[in-house]
Amino acid sequence: MKLSGKAVVLAGTNIDTDVLYPGIYLNIDDPDLMKPYLFEGLDPSLRDQLEGDTVLVVGENFGMGSSREHVPLAMKAWGVRCVVGASFARIFYRNCINLALPAISCPEAAQAAKPGSEISVDAAAGKVTVDGQEFVAAPVPPFMLEMLERGGLVPWAQHKLAQS
Amino acid sequence: MGYTVAEKILLSHSDADRVEPGQVVMVRCDIVLANDVTGPVAFRQMEKMGASKVFDPAKIVMVADHFAPAKDERSAILIKRLKDWSLENGVVFYDQGRGGIEHTLLVQEGLVLPGSVIVGGDSHTCTHGAIGAFSSGLGSTDIAYCLAFGEFWQAAPGTIQVTVKGEKGRFVTGKDVILAVIGQIGAGGGTGNVLEFVGPGAEALSIDERLAVSNLAVEAGSETGIFPADEKTTAYLGGRTDKPWQAVLSDADASYAQRIEVDFDRLQPLVAKPYNPENVVPVSELAGTLIHQVVVGNCANGTMTDLRQAAEMVKGKHVHERTRMIVVPATQKIYREALAEGLIDTLVEAGAAISTPTCGPCFGGHTGALAPGENALSTINRNFKGRSGSPEASVYLGNAFVAGAAAVAGEIVDPAEVV
Repeated sequence: MKLSGKAVVLAGTNIDTDVLYPGIYLNIDDPDLMKPYLFEGLDPSLRDQLEGDTVLVVGENFGMGSSREHVPLAMKAWGVRCVVGASFARIFYRNCINLALPAISCPEAAQAAKPGSEISVDAAAGKVTVDGQEFVAAPVPPFMLEMLERGGLVPWAQHKLAQS
Repeated sequence: MGYTVAEKILLSHSDADRVEPGQVVMVRCDIVLANDVTGPVAFRQMEKMGASKVFDPAKIVMVADHFAPAKDERSAILIKRLKDWSLENGVVFYDQGRGGIEHTLLVQEGLVLPGSVIVGGDSHTCTHGAIGAFSSGLGSTDIAYCLAFGEFWQAAPGTIQVTVKGEKGRFVTGKDVILAVIGQIGAGGGTGNVLEFVGPGAEALSIDERLAVSNLAVEAGSETGIFPADEKTTAYLGGRTDKPWQAVLSDADASYAQRIEVDFDRLQPLVAKPYNPENVVPVSELAGTLIHQVVVGNCANGTMTDLRQAAEMVKGKHVHERTRMIVVPATQKIYREALAEGLIDTLVEAGAAISTPTCGPCFGGHTGALAPGENALSTINRNFKGRSGSPEASVYLGNAFVAGAAAVAGEIVDPAEVV
C-alpha cells in the first residue's frame, strides 16, 4: 500500500481525541457533517491546511482517550490519506486500521517533517519518505497490512458475507 | 510457561491453541455494547458491510446514556435511532429512566461474568475488568463487525501486574490506586498491555471501588484492567446471575511485561491536574485551588460507595457559595437506593443538584458544562482540555471524599480537614 500527500503537522505529545473532536459534536453520525469540527479543540485553523491528499504528522501516544471514531472518519472525509507519528493510542490505531487509514509509527520521519513537506509512505515495505529523505518505519504487522490492503473492515466483512 | 488471566480468556474465546503478545487472534464476544453516540455510527457501518442481521440478539446491549435525556433535536434523533434499531433487531435496550450509565448498569444487572469477553463502543468498557472479564473499548466499525459476526481482531496484549499492598487510609479509595498507577507509568505507559490487580490491597477493595480502578485503565493506555475473581466477586454476583461461571486466575509461572506496586501505607488521596490524567499529585499539594463546580458521578465513580463518601463530607454543611455541586447516581437502582438511605436528602439539603443518570457532565455534552476560567473537581476519568465544557476551564480528578470536601470548602482541600 503506497500513499503520498502534503504534511499537516499536529505538534505535541498525548493529543487526545477530545481536542481532536470535542464531545459536544458527538451527536452527529454522518462523516461529512463531522468535517467542520475536526481539530476544533486543538486549533481550528489547522483545517485550513487540509486540502487534497494529506499526511498528518503527529507525536507520541497520539489519539489517546475516547473511542470516538468521529476523529478518523472526519480525517478521511477531509482527504487525510495516512497518519505518520511516533506512537499511537490503542483504540485510535484500531479505528485507523479498520478504516484503511494507515497509522505508521516512524518517529524520525515525524521529526523531519515540516508543514507542507511532501511525504510518501510504503506501508508494506516499511518506508516513509519526507522531502526525498527516506526513513525506516516500524513494520506494520501482517494482519494489519492485509486489513489496509483490503480496504478496511467494511470490505473485509463484505468478503466474509460473500463467502458464507 | 503459564498464562495470565487476559491470555487465558483470549485463548478460551478464540480458535488459537497458544497465544503470545502481539499475535493477532479473532476473539468471540459474550456481550457487545454500544450507546447513543457510537451505536448509530456502527449501524451505518454494518449497513455498508451488507450485514442484515445481528449474530445473537441476546448478547447485544444498547444503552441511551450520553446525550440522554436528549439535549436537543439532533440528540433525540440519535436516541430514537438507537431505540428503533434495538427493537427491530430484538436486542436488549435500556432507555432513559430504565437503566443508567452503561458500564455501571451492565455490572449491576449481572450481565458481566468473570472470564467473559465484553466489548463496547465506549473506551471505558474496560470497567468490566473489575468483575474479572476481558473487556475492551472499540470504535464503531469494530462494533459493527461484532454486531454482525460476534468477534473482533485483537493483538494479544502483554500484562502489567499491579500489586496493591498495605492498609487503605481513611480517605483513600480505589480511585487513588489507579491515579497512582497512571502517575507512575504515564498516559501511554500501558499501551499494548492489560493491567492485572493483585495483592492484599486489591483484594480488600469492594466491587464499587474496583469499578473505578478498572475504569481508568484506559487512561494509562491499557487495553483493560482486570481483577481476578475472588470471594468478593462471588458474593457480588450472588442473586444477580444464575449463569455458571468460573474464576480465571493467572498461572504462577505466567510471564509479565512489567511489575509495579502501589502501597496504601504511603498513599494519600490524589488529584490529577489538567490536562492529562497522568499529572497526579497528593491532594495537599493543590490545597487552596478555587473550585467552581464539583461533579460526583460517571462510569468511574457514580456508585453507592461514592454517593456515601460525598454525602459524608457534606452532611450537615452547605456547599460553598462559590461552588455548584452536581451529583449523578450512575443508575436508576443506585438512585433509588440512595433515596432510601437518605443520601439524596443529605446532598440536596447541603445544596447539591441531583441529576438523572447520564454521561452529560463528564464529556461536556450537557447538564454541567464549564465556563471559561472555571475550575472543577470531578470524580470523572478525564481532564483533557475542553473535556467538560470550555477549553479555558480546568478539570481536576479525584475521589468522592475529595469532591465532597471541595464542595464544602469551595477549594481543593484534604478531606481530613473537613470532617
